[in-house]
Amino acid sequence: MSDELMIEVANLTKRYAGQAAVSNISFSVRRGEIVGLLGPNGAGKSTTLRILACYLPATSGTVRVAGLDVYERSDEVRRRIGYMPENNPLHHDMRVREYLKFRGRLKGLSRKRCRERVDVVMEQCGLSEVSRRIIGHLSKGYRQRVGLADALVHEPELLILDEPTIGLDPNQIRSVRQLIKGLGAAHTVVVSTHLLPEAEMTCNRMVIMYEGKILAADTPENLQRLMSSTSQIVAEIAAPAEALKACWTQMPEIEGFDVSPAEGEYFRCALTPRNGMDLRPWIFALVRENGWVLRELTRNRHSLEDIYVQVTKPEEEEEG
Amino acid sequence: MQAYLTLTRRDLGAYFLSLTGYLVLAAAMFLLGLSFVDLLEGLRKEPERSPVTELFFNKGYFRSILLLTTPAITMRLFALEKFSGTFETLMTAPVSDLQVVLAKFTAGLVFYLVMWLPLLGCIYLVRYYSNDPAALDVGAVGGTFLGITLLGGLFISLGCCASALTRSQTAAAVLTLAFALALVLPSVLADLIQTQTAWQAKVLACLALPLQAQDFTRGVVDTRPVVLLLTLTFFFLFLTLRVVESRGWK
Repeated sequence: MSDELMIEVANLTKRYAGQAAVSNISFSVRRGEIVGLLGPNGAGKSTTLRILACYLPATSGTVRVAGLDVYERSDEVRRRIGYMPENNPLHHDMRVREYLKFRGRLKGLSRKRCRERVDVVMEQCGLSEVSRRIIGHLSKGYRQRVGLADALVHEPELLILDEPTIGLDPNQIRSVRQLIKGLGAAHTVVVSTHLLPEAEMTCNRMVIMYEGKILAADTPENLQRLMSSTSQIVAEIAAPAEALKACWTQMPEIEGFDVSPAEGEYFRCALTPRNGMDLRPWIFALVRENGWVLRELTRNRHSLEDIYVQVTKPEEEEEG
Repeated sequence: MQAYLTLTRRDLGAYFLSLTGYLVLAAAMFLLGLSFVDLLEGLRKEPERSPVTELFFNKGYFRSILLLTTPAITMRLFALEKFSGTFETLMTAPVSDLQVVLAKFTAGLVFYLVMWLPLLGCIYLVRYYSNDPAALDVGAVGGTFLGITLLGGLFISLGCCASALTRSQTAAAVLTLAFALALVLPSVLADLIQTQTAWQAKVLACLALPLQAQDFTRGVVDTRPVVLLLTLTFFFLFLTLRVVESRGWK
């Protein structure tokens, strides 16, 4: 079983001075998966990753990487992982190639193998043209790539990336995401982020954390489906307001609606469907049938915040 | 072993990539030059029978160099890595805590010894102009460097420990200086109490570390100070190791 599982976390708890940063979480990651650890700041993502990377010990619970306990067999685990911490700390006084060589040698590569690997990861991360530049003089995007190259240099089975796109501009974010997606073919990747679209775009599975607990763990599609039960459909239609209201009231599929005037003769209708149904085709048909004019028809995408609200709701209701 | 050597090379190289490194070298060279100017001035007035190395050792400059440079050399070793976050990437690489501590200590000590190299030049100059080969011999110079290495080892290990305790380089330097002063102060006080027979002077002389090494500068190597200095160095390295390991305590 552990052959297939890259990470097994069971009842993991980490307390700092009595305060629980992570409380009693369990999850597992299969080989070859790209898993996103999603949550707001202070959710316990970085703490979880630091424990996985053998930097911090857990207060209780067990964490295994490739079947090895991260506390008992830390040295062997560290050989198998490539870790890029939050804010990507680097030696700013070194040159790119020099730094990667230093890291490769530190991680136990032979001189020859190290040279080969440094060339490969520099190519892979698009660093070849800046190989002789001093890291401190590079742009943030390039520095992020140096961090990734460092994590990759010893060909780890597992890559742990803590907020790899934080503080980058949209173009840089796109290229780093592309890079991570490409890595999924050869490595198991755990990446933390507080951006939902990022997790959706890069990951096969998402683990949502909030205040040190796991709220949900599933594929992006399933989570989206879970979300759609409260999704809203917005339609801007040029039609008499009364007719629109009458239409929505008659429809059993609509749980609630709100009609407000928009510019011109248009009305903005916000519709909440029952059971998360997708009413868009039906609305389009209705508009055509009545000879109205439709200029917008969208289903609201859910922000991460909505997901938190959604996933925490049952608990609150129970408490209430 | 590979990780230890790689890390030592990196930490040693970092001194030569930073302004602090060159400032330390310049300051040490300045004080060294000053002490020899002072020394030669004294020798011109009245000739001394003691070896030049001992005369140099007895000047306050030696202690100043030891006290001022070791905190500057060691402050960055752990504190800077902790401050910049590279400590995290370092400790998540497959290296042991012991390798990290030893590598940083070695790098600091080697840099410290490089800093003392100009002393050889100064001694050579004295010999060249004094025309008195007896004024210094290989034994005295060798003994002096042994003393410098042993005392340096102690102060560097002390600095490593202070640097591992904090994220702030300034705090690390101040802490090292405070510890180092506590070790050097008895020797200064012993000098102040002129009457050697007074019991206070005897007690202070036993505690005074640099005085323990005074015999070295005459070319006499006594095992007692060697054992004392090595024991203290190992003690502080052990403390450093415990501080670094404490991160992993549950």
